[in-house]
Amino acid sequence: MSIDQEMEEILNLFFEESFEGLDTMESGLLTLDNGANRETINTIFRAAHSIKGGAGTFGFMEISGFTHSVETLLDEMRNGTRGITPDALQVLLQSVDVIREMVQSAQAKRPIVMAGAAKLSSELLRILAQKGAPVASPAEGAASNPAAASVSPPAIEPPVTSDSEIPVKADASPAAVPPKSPEIAVNGVTPIGPLEGWRIVFEPDLSLFKTCNDPMRIFDELANLGTLEITANIGKVPPFGELDPTQCFLSWTLLLRCAAEHARVAEVFDWVDANSKIVYEPIYGAGVSAATPNLPAAELPQAAGQRSMSPSDVPAVQPAAGKSGGESGSLRVATEKIDALINLVGELVITQSMLGRFAEKYEPQDIESLRRSLAQLTRNTRELQESVLQIRMLPIGFSFNRFPRLVHDLSRKLGKKVDLKLSGENTELDKTVLEKISDPLVHLVRNALDHGLESPEERLAAGKSETGTLELNAFHEGGSIVIEVKDDGAGLNKDRILAKARERGLVDADALLSDENIYNLIFVAGFSTADTVSDVSGRGVGMDVVRRNINDLGGHVQILSVPGRGSTIRIRLPLTLAILEGQMLRVGKEIYVASLVSIIETVQSKGEDLSCVAGRTELFRHRSDYLPIIRLYDLFGIEPDSRDITDGLLVVLEAEGRRVAMLVDELLAQQQVVIKSLETNFKQVPGLAGATIHGDGTVALILDVPGLVRTFLERQSMQFGRAA
Amino acid sequence: MTRQESIANEASAAQKAGDEGDARQYLSFFLGGQEYATDILRVQEIKGWDTVTRVPYSPDYILGVINLRGAIVPVVDPRVRFSLESAPFDSATVVIVVRVTGTRGERIVGLVVDAVSDVYSFSAENIQPPPEAVGSIEQMFVLGLAKLEDKLVIILDIERLVISSVLGDAKAA
Repeated sequence: MSIDQEMEEILNLFFEESFEGLDTMESGLLTLDNGANRETINTIFRAAHSIKGGAGTFGFMEISGFTHSVETLLDEMRNGTRGITPDALQVLLQSVDVIREMVQSAQAKRPIVMAGAAKLSSELLRILAQKGAPVASPAEGAASNPAAASVSPPAIEPPVTSDSEIPVKADASPAAVPPKSPEIAVNGVTPIGPLEGWRIVFEPDLSLFKTCNDPMRIFDELANLGTLEITANIGKVPPFGELDPTQCFLSWTLLLRCAAEHARVAEVFDWVDANSKIVYEPIYGAGVSAATPNLPAAELPQAAGQRSMSPSDVPAVQPAAGKSGGESGSLRVATEKIDALINLVGELVITQSMLGRFAEKYEPQDIESLRRSLAQLTRNTRELQESVLQIRMLPIGFSFNRFPRLVHDLSRKLGKKVDLKLSGENTELDKTVLEKISDPLVHLVRNALDHGLESPEERLAAGKSETGTLELNAFHEGGSIVIEVKDDGAGLNKDRILAKARERGLVDADALLSDENIYNLIFVAGFSTADTVSDVSGRGVGMDVVRRNINDLGGHVQILSVPGRGSTIRIRLPLTLAILEGQMLRVGKEIYVASLVSIIETVQSKGEDLSCVAGRTELFRHRSDYLPIIRLYDLFGIEPDSRDITDGLLVVLEAEGRRVAMLVDELLAQQQVVIKSLETNFKQVPGLAGATIHGDGTVALILDVPGLVRTFLERQSMQFGRAA
Repeated sequence: MTRQESIANEASAAQKAGDEGDARQYLSFFLGGQEYATDILRVQEIKGWDTVTRVPYSPDYILGVINLRGAIVPVVDPRVRFSLESAPFDSATVVIVVRVTGTRGERIVGLVVDAVSDVYSFSAENIQPPPEAVGSIEQMFVLGLAKLEDKLVIILDIERLVISSVLGDAKAA
């Protein structure tokens, strides 16, 4: 393996760990929302710290720099020197998004865009500064400290913070760090003169040498940038007897005259660990004041007084963007599952050797033990099959995890109070199903928040508690998984939906619809009852996609709603896409498999319940409905046992809300079948969902009932078109 | 030893023997009395003829699909594709399983032939381009003609034949 490849692998590891760390930070920050917990803050801090360290190692200076500011804020929260305010949490959450974006850019080998980071940096600095001088507001500070605004050349400004290096709290090291003026740390006044250099206070951690740092090397490198004056501070050096030569008691004040950017100077100190204190002060030419060096120009005119930048001004990066995207090719599997598999394979090998014995020497009296061994083989095979399928099963928590953040952000935006309750996070379902259900779920949750739950005032007026409840439930029921999105909001407005539907001509004016039929109207493409289109929802795009996605997975959606009490959207999905509960059907010599779920019942027609419309469309009266009859042999062009409907069986199928009766010759066994793709080596065939393999090794085709119905209807209309 | 195994053995023996120069090896087979050949590196295995499951809406030269150790593999009948006289399916009828690379990645496809014949080594100078009889379907799939002492072997563009057959588009390459 080449070095490049190795590096690539290590990098990928870093990206993966960073994303994990960001997820940890995100969920941690969200729990902080409901009250502080030391351990949680520590976890968040550690995650931030390792991202910073990793980014620094791989040369993603933008990431490490930005994360450093975040880390500083977290550190203060950890030490208890700073309270945890919703404001700060919001900024931290946005920072997580920004870091995620940056890591994604780095992963995609795109240049890292600093716009979001720069904006957030100033937010972070503002918050950090609030601590620096909790009493004096910046405006007052500027007034009471006029020296900050007018300095004679060449001016040495009080230290400013930049987005990548932040001075430690003033109280921590009063000797080394010059007094800070908060208004400058917030946002400097526009610099007038050119940047002439930097004053750097470098107070390393005692363990500087242990991290393989040599101050001389650092200074040499700084000297390369310009002229360097070094003043060593030996105040901390202990008496000789107590001196530990492995520790660094020295600190330095460096005066560097150069035109180098802050980032260039800070780069020299990259390898110095986070415990060391480094303060950078820019030195400007005549008549100057300092500004935060790394902020983009647009940020600079912000005067010290304009400190009330609301967090919502900071562009909200879409949380977890990209994460929801397509299916990932790899799978994380719990070790127990793998261990269980290894055990089973071990047993299988034992069984195999037991059976192998019989092949060498067979005595008729061995028949009993041969049977036993075969029974064991059957059991092993079944268990192995179950375990292998288990590998693809993931807890739905993977999908639920993103909702606390989504609800947090959205409820803030919409001005609603929401209590999110998750249950059944450990319910497992197939990875493919999980990935495909995530987006529809997001959509349903957004809808529930936007349309379902009322504003606090409306809720109080309706006699409900101010805080709405949104529940996400998952549980197994029969062979399927049920996911519920439940809110205690206003419920669906039947009259409004019906009125809209009539307005749009979806429903006849005098049509009588059941509640369920009315609710199902919201799944029609382009349907929306929202009067205003917001960026959250209301465009009427989406519910149709939700239903289509769920149908594609072989599931279905159900809406339950009580006016004034809330609605529940219930999604029922098959546990896995790999195995199907199948019903074998025979037509002529061919055997097909139909999904058992789609079969309503099977009946033998006596003839009097058949009719024909315009000599073309045959109908079968099934209870009170008239169902079109699909002659499968005709559709597939095969030779049946009999063309007479009364000789065969009519299988009543339901697909996409439509029912049809399909004529087959015979019903065979019901069994679980493993779905194989026809497309891998062949191509997609209309009306077929795939193929499976019989016990005797031959192939049976699996019917795609919705596709079949579509094909049938297309053919009907084509024939009709030709006739007309 | 079964027939398939013996063919496979012959094939590998011939491969060892003919491993010289830039000569490439071709597996030859019979279709309606004429000997055809394909690049042996495309051939994955040779299988006895077994029942296929017919697939609806397929052209007549797609006989159906078979189960090849868990994979669903379509079977093409080149005799129907070339409008040749179809020989009866008998004990000599075999399915040559080939591996081809199409636009959507690798596919495994079976070809029914009357019988497998031999493995030849042809170098580039032994193969002459196909005659310029434009327009015929066969023409599209012929890479060249190889002359042996007493007979002619038609070298097929198996990739093109298979992909166009499977995707049901005679023009697609």
